[in-house]
Amino acid sequence: MIYRIEVMPAPGLPDRRGAALLKDIADLNLSGVNSARVVEVYWLKGNIDRAAAETIAREALTDPVTETFRIDEPGEKTTAGRAVLVAHNPGVTDPVEETILKAAADLGIALEAARTGRLYLLGGSFSRPTLDLVTNRLLLNPIVQHAVNEQSVIFGENPAYHFQLRQIDLPDGDAALCDVGKLFCLSPDEVRAAAEYYAKAGRKPTDVELETLAQSWSEHCVHKTFKARYDFDGQVIDNLLKTTIARATNQLDKDWCLSVFVDNSGVIDFDGENAVCFKVETHNHPSAVEPYGGAATGLGGVIRDVLGTGLAARPIFNTDVFCFGEPDMADEELPPGTLHPRRVFKGVRSGVADYGNRMGIPTVNGAVLFDNRYTGNPLVFCGTAGIMPAWAARPGRQSPGDLIVLMGGRTGRDGIHGVTFSSEELSDKSNEQSFSSVQIGNPIVEKRMTEAILKARDERLFTRITDVGGGGLSSAVGEMGESTGAKVYLDRVPLKYSGLSYAEIWISESQERMVLAVPPQNFDRLLEICRGEGVEATAIGEFTSDKKLKLYYDENLVCDLDMEFLHGGRPQLELRASYKAAAFPEPTFPCPARLDDDLLRLLSRWNTCAKEWVIRQYDHEVQGGSVLKPLVGHNSDGPGDAAVIRPVLDSGRGVIVACGINPAYSEIDTYRMAASAIDEAVRNTVAAGGSLGRLALLDNFCWGSVKDEQSLGALVRAAQACADLSLAYGTPFISGKDSLNNQFRVGDRVVSIPHTLLVSAIGIMPDAERAVTMDFKGEGNLIYLVGETKAELGGSAYYAAHGFIGNSAPAVAPAPAKASYQRLSAATARGLARACHDLSEGGLGVALAEMAFAGGLGARINLSRVPQPGDIIRDDYLLFSESNSRLLVEVAPADRADFELIMESSAFGLIGEVTSSPRLKVQGLNGSLVIDQPLTELKNAWQRPLKW
Amino acid sequence: MVTEVRVMVLRAPGTNCDRELAHAFEIAGGKPRITHMNELIGGSQTLSDYHILGLPGGFSYGDDLGAGKVQANEMRLRLFEQLAAFIDRGGLIIGICNGFQVLIKTGILPGPARQELPHVTLTNNDSGRFECRWVKLSSTPGNRCVWTEGIEQLEAPVAHGEGKLVAAPSTLCRLRAVFYYADNNWRPTAEYPANPNGSVGNIAALTDDTGRVFALMPHPERFVRASQHPGWTRRNIEEPGAGLRIFQNGVDAARRS
Repeated sequence: MIYRIEVMPAPGLPDRRGAALLKDIADLNLSGVNSARVVEVYWLKGNIDRAAAETIAREALTDPVTETFRIDEPGEKTTAGRAVLVAHNPGVTDPVEETILKAAADLGIALEAARTGRLYLLGGSFSRPTLDLVTNRLLLNPIVQHAVNEQSVIFGENPAYHFQLRQIDLPDGDAALCDVGKLFCLSPDEVRAAAEYYAKAGRKPTDVELETLAQSWSEHCVHKTFKARYDFDGQVIDNLLKTTIARATNQLDKDWCLSVFVDNSGVIDFDGENAVCFKVETHNHPSAVEPYGGAATGLGGVIRDVLGTGLAARPIFNTDVFCFGEPDMADEELPPGTLHPRRVFKGVRSGVADYGNRMGIPTVNGAVLFDNRYTGNPLVFCGTAGIMPAWAARPGRQSPGDLIVLMGGRTGRDGIHGVTFSSEELSDKSNEQSFSSVQIGNPIVEKRMTEAILKARDERLFTRITDVGGGGLSSAVGEMGESTGAKVYLDRVPLKYSGLSYAEIWISESQERMVLAVPPQNFDRLLEICRGEGVEATAIGEFTSDKKLKLYYDENLVCDLDMEFLHGGRPQLELRASYKAAAFPEPTFPCPARLDDDLLRLLSRWNTCAKEWVIRQYDHEVQGGSVLKPLVGHNSDGPGDAAVIRPVLDSGRGVIVACGINPAYSEIDTYRMAASAIDEAVRNTVAAGGSLGRLALLDNFCWGSVKDEQSLGALVRAAQACADLSLAYGTPFISGKDSLNNQFRVGDRVVSIPHTLLVSAIGIMPDAERAVTMDFKGEGNLIYLVGETKAELGGSAYYAAHGFIGNSAPAVAPAPAKASYQRLSAATARGLARACHDLSEGGLGVALAEMAFAGGLGARINLSRVPQPGDIIRDDYLLFSESNSRLLVEVAPADRADFELIMESSAFGLIGEVTSSPRLKVQGLNGSLVIDQPLTELKNAWQRPLKW
Repeated sequence: MVTEVRVMVLRAPGTNCDRELAHAFEIAGGKPRITHMNELIGGSQTLSDYHILGLPGGFSYGDDLGAGKVQANEMRLRLFEQLAAFIDRGGLIIGICNGFQVLIKTGILPGPARQELPHVTLTNNDSGRFECRWVKLSSTPGNRCVWTEGIEQLEAPVAHGEGKLVAAPSTLCRLRAVFYYADNNWRPTAEYPANPNGSVGNIAALTDDTGRVFALMPHPERFVRASQHPGWTRRNIEEPGAGLRIFQNGVDAARRS
């Protein structure tokens, strides 16, 4: 029997989901819809009677105080409206199903299956096209959902799978061979290498062998562009990664770096007993087509990276950085085949929040940036840090005979070909093509798995662990088995539903799975732990000593590859790269007499404005280690520079985390863009009381096309900047990731994202309670500006507001910057900084305003005291230049001498003081006021845009 | 006089504030053990070995069918007698956030515990959003809750999407409120965001007739150290964090019993 149960708000009680939907409809500027109600729908399948279905409905599905239900009566139609019933597509995981079955079992009722849906009842008088627009824009995403009609099958039958070995012909002719390669996403060089290998072996490849090569050799898995051999305007660079970023880390050779570039995340020492690891990942293409699911699984994936580092770490915080199109983009401007930036933003935010909150990991740091070139190809960076005992910090090593154990969620068709999808450009057809490449996450499965793994780690039951991410088992087992060899019985992999071929099982990217190497004598105990936590674990094979990858399905050998060829047989990519300096028109407008309006406008820019709407919807306090929160100040609404947490609750030691990202400079020069991003991440750390002492960096490159020489030249320059700054600051990169070909094709027009580098910084603070917040603290305190202001407004927010880009992107002078950071850290360690804030987008003006309204105190500033080389004669340049390495510091008058003595050899200026009068007053070079604004105006301008 | 106060911190799949709750009990002088629902249902752990039951925050079973609902049903249907006996013989219970939702949906609060569907619930915030922010709490005079003895005012963070207390008017008048959401002058308020969810009667915490069962939406276990307070860089916040007093009260009361 199948029962359909509808649960809705009790009569007289508000329908909040309906009200929210009505607001979203209004945002679309659609008229005619005047009421909206939302009803939860459950389908229950099982050999049960109506009374049993009613019991489940009443006791498990309905809140007796606020909700009411009905069974099997058709959805109520509003008089002049329409009803839309949305359900998951067949084959898409319904994460609630398992919970319903469990809740029914608690009631003593056995169900076979359950599905969920949502019924939308729209009232009013509107046309069919309006309904379609609402349905497609707000109610469903065809990637994972559909509108139910008479023909829909809720409990579809999955076909059985009948084994048949597929062998692939590799034709003799080069063109035909390359065509076969293309089918498997192998480049011409790669498929030629494969053909040579199979010619030598005297046999044809199987489909799963070519899939394995394609996954293992994909950009996502091996970063072949970064490891390529470059001809950079005549200069040969053999392996870009090795000669830049990795070289710097090797040269710095810090003893507190415990594991760099070799594991799923980078690991540094925390306190001798514990180590901390950190990884940031991107999940751009899935988020473009299914923002909620794409972002949620992005975070789920990076959490598993941390679980799969060393011998497993416990997650301690998350970070998130998003780049979207502008939320107020006109519908007419929206490229066909793309989702509106507002919808992408809302979906991504809730995907990350739902996953992170449910995992119980605080989201403590991040950024949101907007540029319409991100519309078709948004960027979603998710980071996770973890902590582990020092003995578990380094990658494990399995022995031949250790079992290959697959733990966590079951395997389905979700996410097949995700890595090849993520490595290609998006187009207006992506929505249709990517049907199977979007995964659906279930954080509670991951939470259970986390608990089981940490328990098993503490009992030292496994010798190695890794996550199942891009490329599925193919990458996870393929990489683990490199040193020994591995054989896997694919028919033993637990499936969500029948019908998967052996190749699909092997490359599926279903979420919430980990692979462990378990000595056979420990397996029973591992199973016991898993049972206690409600987690599935299955031995699917074992590690061998023959250095071969052998896959079986029902005793049929379907793959027999040499590990040496799999990991060493990929031909190195050869690329040409070139660099040409930018030449944009320089601005010609005169300096305005008053700068109030410019400041207000800068505070209201999407990039600068308050992100409280996002931040508050994350739990940033869970785990109880919060020291510096993302929002600070007298009303807890100012923009903190970095977050500090204490991951060990009975220790005063802290972890500090910050980020830097400046895609606006990349059009001018990616070297300066990358240097600025590093400087910003470091400077944010220093502002919050951290130091260069034990500070590590992560890089995340999101590039446009890497098919033309200019883009590759831009990539080379950015990588060189990373190496140079890393060496200069003594801050090693410990992990990184790249996502290339971030562009969107509509017909013959291609929109590339601005080349974007996210730099994340993680540091250790011996005493977390030395942290500093950015809000002004006391009337009469002195305001210092540390660092020189130069006429560097190329790519600045101020130029952009006046319609220019310019060419003078901010540079970094690392030697003086490093010295002033070290001095400032010494000052904060002695408690001399009452507040400190970094200057970034919008320069001095924006930073001052933020410190003032966050502290609820005014300031009086004199621009003639701003340290500068002496050539700036414009007030607007002094106020809005984005020169790097500058910070504002609030110092109590009593500490003046001490502070000035410490900072003596650095460029700094006493530019004003904190006032009790709640106004920001800035005196220009000629002595007259250029800004005189009440804090309420400044704060309103800053808060208004994203007060959703 | 009990010398060792044993605390069971009970977690279900999706519970995620168990470690910091155990930590709070530990520094309050108790002896916490984090216990999985499966251990309690399977019988390898029993409540009769403990003095205090702590129900931490999180998303038990993903809150898939409503916050705390599935764990509440599991406890109501499988552990009811054990729970009722625990309360009868003087056991103490604290539920925080998801733990509050569980206690409400089992009917243990407002109590007395009966094995029927409750008339009080915690539902979606008026804002329609999950939100994390610090709130001020004022205690209700003469509430006789052993957990909050001597606490008139408290600050603590909330982090929830379903914290709005709703009750039928007939039930509302017999609820034993312990804390109200308060404004900057510590007066009860219905104003958002000081009242973060629109709770009826501005109620943030409840106790039962015994005064030994206590639950609240805010997280006092996240304020056991001064530097957890959002204002610690602006003014002097006393050590330890004021939230610790609740756990000390609980441990002291268990010790006296």
